[in-house]
Amino acid sequence: MFTQVNGTGNAAVVVEDIRKAYGDLKAVDGVSLSVTEGEFFGILGPNGAGKTTTLEIIEGLRQPDSGSVRLLGESPWPRRVSLLPRIGVQLQSSSFFEKLTAREQLETFASLYGVNAVRANEMLELVGLADKADTREDKLSGGQRQRLSIACALVHDPDVVFLDEPTAALDPQARRNLWDVLRAIQARGKTIVYTTHYLDEAEILCDRVAIMDKGRILAMDRPAALVRGLDAPTHVILELGSLSVSDATALPAAEDVTEDELSLTITTRRPADTLSALADRGALSGLQVRTATLEDVFLDLTGREYRA
Amino acid sequence: MTAFRSLSLAMLKGFYRDKATLFFTFVFPLMFLIVFGLLFRDAGTDKITIGAVGEGPVVTALGETGILDLEHFDTLDEAVAKVSDGDLPAVVAQNGNEVVLRFAASDQTQAGTVRGIVVGVVDKLNLIVTNQPLRYQLDVSNVEDASLKPIQYITPGIMSWGVATTAVFGAALTLVSWRKKQVLRRIRLAPIHASTVLSSRVVVTIGVAIVQAVIFLGIGALPVFGLQLVGTWALAIPVFFLGVLAFFAIGMLVGAFCKTEEAATGAANIVVLPMAFLSGTFFPIDQAPPWMQSISNAFPLRHMNDGIMDFLVRDQGASALVVPCLVLAGFTIVVGGIAAKVFQWEDS
Repeated sequence: MFTQVNGTGNAAVVVEDIRKAYGDLKAVDGVSLSVTEGEFFGILGPNGAGKTTTLEIIEGLRQPDSGSVRLLGESPWPRRVSLLPRIGVQLQSSSFFEKLTAREQLETFASLYGVNAVRANEMLELVGLADKADTREDKLSGGQRQRLSIACALVHDPDVVFLDEPTAALDPQARRNLWDVLRAIQARGKTIVYTTHYLDEAEILCDRVAIMDKGRILAMDRPAALVRGLDAPTHVILELGSLSVSDATALPAAEDVTEDELSLTITTRRPADTLSALADRGALSGLQVRTATLEDVFLDLTGREYRA
Repeated sequence: MTAFRSLSLAMLKGFYRDKATLFFTFVFPLMFLIVFGLLFRDAGTDKITIGAVGEGPVVTALGETGILDLEHFDTLDEAVAKVSDGDLPAVVAQNGNEVVLRFAASDQTQAGTVRGIVVGVVDKLNLIVTNQPLRYQLDVSNVEDASLKPIQYITPGIMSWGVATTAVFGAALTLVSWRKKQVLRRIRLAPIHASTVLSSRVVVTIGVAIVQAVIFLGIGALPVFGLQLVGTWALAIPVFFLGVLAFFAIGMLVGAFCKTEEAATGAANIVVLPMAFLSGTFFPIDQAPPWMQSISNAFPLRHMNDGIMDFLVRDQGASALVVPCLVLAGFTIVVGGIAAKVFQWEDS
């Protein structure tokens, strides 16, 4: 009983109106979503939005109070052993065996799935930890630990991979390294469902995103479509002095012009027109174009600034 | 590699790569064994040293009793001075047929013992001189009594304690730390059964316990300590394994209740330490007051101690297996059952 989504392939995950409350707190308050096979799907939102609980219900770690989940066509709750080899889960805190090296961790997890231990080396290559194979887990850096825990989630070659904030608490360089890993996983044809509180990252990586807040999904679409749907103006920023305020105001499609100690900012909804006029005048020095981002989408949806 | 083998291996590596755990598993109990072993080495077998002046059949015979050590002096005055200083309990001097015994008045018990020995030796020599046939024959041989040489109860006691501690801590800390680090949750997401995790932990615990036993008994059997295993020692093996399982079950219970490693360590200590003191680990329980002996019957460690000692050093028959084995098996089933009931895969 596969449901067609977006007309492309089969649904890997279908969630219908799931709810989960802890006492008075409605952690998940009526979430519905579906993820197509091979899709990179992001669940975004600030801490406490209900991302992790949603993920745990889909993985079969928690029972929803109501609603239904189909994971690869089966219900993940109660624990369904036949489903487990087909899903890979990376947990929020890196869960490792004490005192084992990177390779030993992978070999141990591989054996839990009856997978040959040679997969461990392949996984270490994939996440770029081949040179750290014999390093103990507690001696790895934060980024390396995250990559190792992703490798552990992939060691049995699952069809659907769940990653809970894989890039949290990483420095920018480590985050970008991890992005490459995530893209490589998707290139292998895996379905990826991942949570993050970095909106910029989701915009770059995800095919589709669901923006969550307070247990609900506020919007769900391709990132570009969400931003475009916002009809938010584009900010064209120029070096101070490259154009006077009055000249700028006279530019085609310029809605608003502001100036501060460093720069001149032109607000426009037709940036193509504004930019070509600027190019004609040769006034492009220090040009920056800032379009709306998912952060603006979040602001628009919730009426408040995004706080990660 | 099967999940069972690799989990066992993972636990074993986690165990032997942790220096603190190794210390508390092997070195710490051994320190007690060595200290107590050396401390009590001569207790109960102490010879009494007395002064001796001159030579003669009486002095020679006293030296051969095996009970007295003789410290020789040149003059009686010199020896008596030692007695009055309190350094020696008594002095014997032989000058020809005259035998003199002087003893310290302070220790009546020791003085009485020495006096009895000396009088006995003198009487016997007098009898031989008269060439009379002996009318009364005294048949003397020793009996293996319940009060053992110290090393004989110290070694099994400290072995049981060490093994029990390791079993409780191993089970409890693995459970707590794996739950806290979400390793349990990760395992639950793999297609394996909880019994695989449980049985691999049991196997590691038993393996470590065997290594502990071999080391402790081996050290106890060194000539300096002089532990001697008697004929039926092999019967101690089932008691030993059931004891390990009983404490493993206690560890599972502690691990099921405690949320943090610190709490688990405290709880495990609270369970094991009083039990160790009240179960004859550090001193023989039959020297404790009766009420304490009754209480100690409620502890699995008491039955493990007793059961192991019965065969390791007391040479009991197989019938002595019944009580300790039943108690320990019962403990394992009841406590293990409760632990399974309250067990949680993750913090709620």
